[in-house]
Amino acid sequence: MKKQTMFLRMITASLLRRRSRMLVALLAIAVGATILSGLVTIYYDVPRQMGEQFRSYGANMIFTSSNGGTLSEEALNQAKEQIKENQLVGFAPYRYENITVNERPMMAAATDFDGAAKTSPYWRIDGSWPSQPGEALVGKETAQTLALNTGDKVTLTFDLDKKPATADEAANAERNQNNREFSVVGILDTGGNEEKYIFISTEDMEGLTGKSDSFDMAELSVSASQNELKSYADSISKKTDGVSARLVKRVTQSENTVLSKLQALVLLVTVIVLLLTMICVATTMMAVVTERRKEVGLRKALGASNRSIIVEFMGEGLLLGGIGGLLGSLCGFIFAQAVSMNVFNSSIQFHWLLIPVTVLVSVLVTGLSCLLPVRSATDVDPALVLKGE
Amino acid sequence: MSLLELKNVSKIYGPLKALDNVNLQVENGEWLAIMGPSGSGKSTMMNIIGCMDKPSLGEVILDGVDIAKESGKKLTEIRRDKIGLIFQQFHLVNYLTAVENVMVSQYYHSMPDEKEALEALERVGLKDRAKHLPSQLSGGEQQRVCIARALINHPEIVLADEPTGNLDEANENIVIDLFRQLHREGTTLIVVTHDPEVAEVAQRTVVLEHGRLVKEIMNESFET
Ligand SMILES: Nc1ncnc2c1ncn2[C@@H]1O[C@H](COP(=O)(O)OP(=O)(O)OP(=O)(O)O)[C@@H](O)[C@H]1O
Ligand SMILES: [Mg+2]
Repeated sequence: MKKQTMFLRMITASLLRRRSRMLVALLAIAVGATILSGLVTIYYDVPRQMGEQFRSYGANMIFTSSNGGTLSEEALNQAKEQIKENQLVGFAPYRYENITVNERPMMAAATDFDGAAKTSPYWRIDGSWPSQPGEALVGKETAQTLALNTGDKVTLTFDLDKKPATADEAANAERNQNNREFSVVGILDTGGNEEKYIFISTEDMEGLTGKSDSFDMAELSVSASQNELKSYADSISKKTDGVSARLVKRVTQSENTVLSKLQALVLLVTVIVLLLTMICVATTMMAVVTERRKEVGLRKALGASNRSIIVEFMGEGLLLGGIGGLLGSLCGFIFAQAVSMNVFNSSIQFHWLLIPVTVLVSVLVTGLSCLLPVRSATDVDPALVLKGE
Repeated sequence: MSLLELKNVSKIYGPLKALDNVNLQVENGEWLAIMGPSGSGKSTMMNIIGCMDKPSLGEVILDGVDIAKESGKKLTEIRRDKIGLIFQQFHLVNYLTAVENVMVSQYYHSMPDEKEALEALERVGLKDRAKHLPSQLSGGEQQRVCIARALINHPEIVLADEPTGNLDEANENIVIDLFRQLHREGTTLIVVTHDPEVAEVAQRTVVLEHGRLVKEIMNESFET
């Protein structure tokens, strides 16, 4: 039989046949590892979780034209594709045109309503989002000015010619206009500028103006850290001709401060838990060693060197650390999942890497906390055994 | 040359001389009994011979080496390679089975060999108890496991401190028979005992009193 086989046989027998004592140590390690892996999971998942929460505050990135002109759909798509798909929460291109309603100048905005619903989740709509061609969403202020309600019809007029230079010209010129009737399906309440606009779909705007593929800006909601956002904005501005990307500072900064505070808190708790685990393991191992002084003396009387005593106790400790770490990494995920479900109302992904990392850390921590107790085991005098105290 | 020679050995604990100028020679293959009242220094002497303690004064020459001058590490090696120990209390590792306890001794000495360990248990009549934990064995059986463990590495010298102290008549006889076998095989035996019956079967008996060797009795009727 190989020496290693006997070594394993001895340490597993010690763990399996002396259950109660070892269970306490195992429990300490497993609980420590659970909290550790749970908190690390939360630590890495918080930005994503919080990011999604924060996304309800609206867009955090804006594309505009870098040359003062308009943006083509192609350029927008090219820019958008540089953002990882799973981080892009919403994308809404906007096009603004001056129109008139009953000769009153108004602003019409065209957008993709599905995208707008995602980039601006805080929009309150009395009625419904437009879903068919010919439907319009009217800002509250404009609705009041024009006395519009949901279900009403409104005709938008677009001047195809350039603005008449003089009143005289305006009176004489044959007006070259496009008219389109829309039904109002919703009134938009945002508390902001949007209340001045009449929103229609991009297709309807093309029909109304006879001009396609020209956008003024696009709003994006991206779930990423401040740094990532910055690097996205920089690389998009650089790589995509005609597009300039910038961040909505107000939103990203507040996101960032809250996040870093939360992460610091989680980190602090993790360190404290690690320390407590170490103290607990060290105390238990101390008790284990004291309890087994006689056995240590016996082993020494049988010819065990200090080194083999250390290796045996360490072997037990590390095996315990490994098992505890394995248990902890699984329980930790359940713990993190429960926290996430309760606090953020969303589930988290399982990181496989967390298992080896947790096992490694708990083996290291256990090893560290066993150092002192195990050293004290080597002080045992084999002569005590013969004395039979 | 003698296998073991104690020259003017003293062990001093403060005002107390546990051993006081002891001189003793033990020949290779000899069977020696050490008797004496409680506190006379028997265990102290065994600890010194067994390389678990050092004398305060004097020389202890084992196999030509003065173990009084060796380092702790070297003493561990000598103990491992040359000495088999049998204790009064049956010191077994309580979470290891009988055969595993025997193998522990092999493990520190050289290579664990389960077959050999089982043979040693068979020799002490415990083959069918090999897979039992110490708590499942009687006192006599536990002591026999200790003997099997002491013999497994074929030590030059077997030290037994009160090997029959906690045993009944029947088990005492089993242990004495085992000593006879060992003696026949040429192993040097040093047995500390209170029991005249155990001392009588040895070749020679020395008596300690207050740390001094006061008497030496040769067993005329010694039979192998
Ligand atoms: N570590 C020590 N420190 C101080 N005194 C000691 C120590 N070890 C032994 N003694 C003393 O040395 C004397 C001899 O002890 P020892 O254990 O050798 O006696 P013994 O002959 O084996 O007795 P017993 O038959 O009771 O086992 C005793 O008086 C004991 O109190
Ligand atoms: Mg004694």
